[in-house]
Amino acid sequence: MSGQINRLNSGLVDHGQSLNFTFDGKSYQGLAGDTLASALLANGVRLMGRSFKYHRPRGVLTAGSEEPNALVELRQGGRQEPNTRATVAELYDGLEAQSQNRWPSLQRDLMAVNDLFSNFLTAGFYYKTFMWPKAFWETLYEPIIRRAAGLGSVSGEDDPDVYDKGFLHCDLLVIGAGPAGLSAALTAGRAGARVILADEDFALGGRLNSESFAISDMAGSAWAAQTVAELTSMDNVRLLPRTTVVGAFDHGIYGAVERIADHKPQPGTAEPRQIFWRIYSKRAVLCAGATERPIAFPNNDRPGIMMAGAVRSYANRWAATPHERVAVFTNNDDGHRTATDLIAKGVQVAAVIDTRADAPAIDGTECFAGAQVIDSKGRLGLETVTIRTAQGFTSEIICGALAVSGGWNPNVHLTCHQRGRPQWNEALAAFVPGESLPIGLSVAGAAAGALSTHGAMETGAARAVEALADLGIQATPGDLPQAEDAPVNLQPFWYVKDGKGRAWIDQQNDVTVKDVKLAHQENFVSVEHLKRYTTLGMATDQGKTSNMGGLAVMAEMTGKSIPETGTTIFRPPYTPVAMGTLAGRAVGKQFHPTRKTPSHKWATEQGAVFTEVGDWLRAQWYPRKGETHWRQSVDREVLATRNSVGVCDVTTLGKIDVQGADAAEFLNKIYANGFAKLPVGKVRYGLMLREDGIAYDDGTAARFAEDHFVVTTTTANAVLVYRQMEFARQCLWPDLDVQLISTTEAWAQYAVAGPNSRRLLQKIVDAEFDISNDAFPFMACGEITVCGGCRARLFRISFSGELAYEIAVPTRYGDALIRALMEAGEEFDVTPYGTEALGVMRIEKGHATGNEINGTTTALNLGLGRMVSKKKDCIGNTLSERGGLNEPDALRLVGLKPVNATQTVTAGGHLMNKDGPVDAAHDQGYVTSAAYSPNLGSSIGLGFLKNGADRIGEVIRLVNPLEGSETEVEVVSAHFVDPEGERLRA
Amino acid sequence: MIIEHPLLGPRDAQEFVYLGDAAMIDRPDWQADNADEAFHDYLYLRDNPAGEHRELWYHEQGDRSWLVVTRNTLTHEITKVELARDVARARGCGR
Repeated sequence: MSGQINRLNSGLVDHGQSLNFTFDGKSYQGLAGDTLASALLANGVRLMGRSFKYHRPRGVLTAGSEEPNALVELRQGGRQEPNTRATVAELYDGLEAQSQNRWPSLQRDLMAVNDLFSNFLTAGFYYKTFMWPKAFWETLYEPIIRRAAGLGSVSGEDDPDVYDKGFLHCDLLVIGAGPAGLSAALTAGRAGARVILADEDFALGGRLNSESFAISDMAGSAWAAQTVAELTSMDNVRLLPRTTVVGAFDHGIYGAVERIADHKPQPGTAEPRQIFWRIYSKRAVLCAGATERPIAFPNNDRPGIMMAGAVRSYANRWAATPHERVAVFTNNDDGHRTATDLIAKGVQVAAVIDTRADAPAIDGTECFAGAQVIDSKGRLGLETVTIRTAQGFTSEIICGALAVSGGWNPNVHLTCHQRGRPQWNEALAAFVPGESLPIGLSVAGAAAGALSTHGAMETGAARAVEALADLGIQATPGDLPQAEDAPVNLQPFWYVKDGKGRAWIDQQNDVTVKDVKLAHQENFVSVEHLKRYTTLGMATDQGKTSNMGGLAVMAEMTGKSIPETGTTIFRPPYTPVAMGTLAGRAVGKQFHPTRKTPSHKWATEQGAVFTEVGDWLRAQWYPRKGETHWRQSVDREVLATRNSVGVCDVTTLGKIDVQGADAAEFLNKIYANGFAKLPVGKVRYGLMLREDGIAYDDGTAARFAEDHFVVTTTTANAVLVYRQMEFARQCLWPDLDVQLISTTEAWAQYAVAGPNSRRLLQKIVDAEFDISNDAFPFMACGEITVCGGCRARLFRISFSGELAYEIAVPTRYGDALIRALMEAGEEFDVTPYGTEALGVMRIEKGHATGNEINGTTTALNLGLGRMVSKKKDCIGNTLSERGGLNEPDALRLVGLKPVNATQTVTAGGHLMNKDGPVDAAHDQGYVTSAAYSPNLGSSIGLGFLKNGADRIGEVIRLVNPLEGSETEVEVVSAHFVDPEGERLRA
Repeated sequence: MIIEHPLLGPRDAQEFVYLGDAAMIDRPDWQADNADEAFHDYLYLRDNPAGEHRELWYHEQGDRSWLVVTRNTLTHEITKVELARDVARARGCGR
């Protein structure tokens, strides 16, 4: 233990178990039970970081999650994590920590030159200094500022750890396991309620582990341990140590981060690093304690200047002192406790400087009543403080640490997460929870302003009894043990007005008393403006130790009281949450589900190239040996289909089963065109509109029986169309006798297209089903069997423009069917085709897809205006008649081909007249789809052109001003292939 | 949030899809004289109250019921949940 020069006796650390760790490459030893901060202090290390803006040397200020200064990088490589608070980093053997925001070293930081220019870097300096020239901001100013000011860095490597999410349910959630929380959990646990007790610390007990008070006849920490043991033995109580409740959400739902493996070098096999819990509670009690606040004085940021309660925690719990000689600066009795406890631990207390004129005397050291600390010295660590006594004398006191107490602020954060506003409590000179709390939440202990141990235990038990009574569970508070019940004795004192040098309020964002005064001078007096102008409270600690100080200075400047000046409310999370924790397992391939079609395995065997279509993976093309470019594969697939037969998996199209006596009437409502007269055994193309008259989706509806239709949707809109149909069924026409079910995943479906498609299908369709042209003409549908009895549905519909069918079998036979089709089609040289060839053929045929039905176009634009029935009510028909959608020169779908066949039509380009200016005012339309047509031997496109139907044969220009290209194109019919539709009906 | 589904009991809001104002149920009569104006108002005009709001939620990850949920937009307190179909029928929608 030779290095641990500031290690004390006893405490809650294991003096028999040493742990090795490094800080900035130097090796140290700590003890089991240490945090990184306590271990560094025990080793005499006070300097732990550099400040954000001025690179001031900084040490640890607190002993908890509110820490603004001691931010370090933990671990290496993919596990490297910046901005970790050393105060909550549990020490483990082999821990590696690095300081941040310094170069080349923590002791000699060259960027500390910023400190010399601090007059220029005051509040608002970003807004004032870097305004001109504007272009310099992104290229010059911002990169330099970002490099000079900043916190930690990341490695850029992938995080190897797993994060999880989980759900928990309870009657009572107790947030915080200090005296109030333990008391609440014990009361509820004994009553048999389902209790969850969560605390951010690894040792449950809160301040009981940091104070020297006895509870009954035992140490506070011993009572805590005994209570935890009793709670552990209860089946109805779940203890969650190392778990921070970070947010209070609606209806009793709380978010909590459990650190499963942060106290180990790395998580165990299959163990997540952290779990984000969503806790569903019927009632909750907030027992989050209080946070001590500093007093600002000139040069109050030197390493060694700490919160008094933190110094007490380090001494009592972690058996460590920041220095062998400590002074205390306080405005309340709590500072005296620190002095007394340090003396009891054998630490030399140089003096107690108490701002109160009537401060009590103290055994073992001198108390300067009515005195103030007005300055400090020590470059990398505190050496002396200068005090001014009540009589006006100044003197220097030698000390390596100063314990400061300005009083305690209740941790009201979670009470504000649903618009609750805290209330000012004059006796505590602090904000306490207001009346508007999240539903089901009550507050106990120091968080509610009950700052004594007795008060905490009493209110904790009482709130638990009340909460359970609401749930019909009877509980009794039991006999409370004897505990300290001292009143709060405090005289508000926020900052020292005398002395030279900067007095720091927000140490993490380098905001001083002077900055707040400057904000006032420049009229940023509203709390929200003050915060944004000075960045007060906007660092990773969210101002837990600084907001009150800033508010108090502003209140004094404006001559108003603190509650009149206001308070900023708090939002989740209570402490920073790693992005990985929020993502959970939804990373990489698990980010969204992958849906595979029934032919996926077969397509993989063929070497298909896949493309993502929503969650689906679809074969894009099937390369063959010798093909070096995707176009070769696609051209081959197109020609083979048009010349003989091709097969494409179209399972991804949405399929909706519509049944009921009113099924036809229902389809009449949701499609623009009519379905009532569609005969059984026939399919009809259908166009859906949105209620605003814009085209929404298209597909087919096949009538299998009077009361049974099968509707298809586009792949992209499968979910949305089904949702919309359910809306129409339940909300708009609730009396219709109709039922819907999505069967997208129930049926494997293949398009079989090309002049040989019938001959191919006749080989697998069972003999009793006649699919000849007479028996099964274009737009026929029927329920059949294939391959000797396998149930199937056959539709004679065509997207490619060829003689074509779609055949569906139950999904489990999808793989067998594609293999059967390929085998049967061998004699026709059957060719599987992917989505690219599908796209080329539909452009050649002039069929619209999502490129054309793009949320801005109408049936009229699509050339389908006559489909919109005027004789019936359907979604969208009334507003489709709006004047604005029916101008005489409305956009119309046309085909486009380059005048010079070697040139290319590009999608996204705009159409301009052959002569005249190229600008938005003369825009004639735009290109929606383009492809190379192997049948025409040139590039072709589809697009919308003003009055396009009457402009066939006109030569216009396709322009792309971004790339500076202009191509002459001829307006042609959108039906490039077989405009009369003879092939379909062959 | 937790939505008290009339058929399925308390369900997490994550299972639902939100549509908006329950006034969407009251689709105008297409044959009325002022049908175009009525449809315009139906489609584009919405109240945005700070307080009680009746709105449509769809239990997409559940039984596919559309619900009318009465929710306070300030506190998110839910005071009533009905099957939208029952609401629509009671209002004589689609007749």
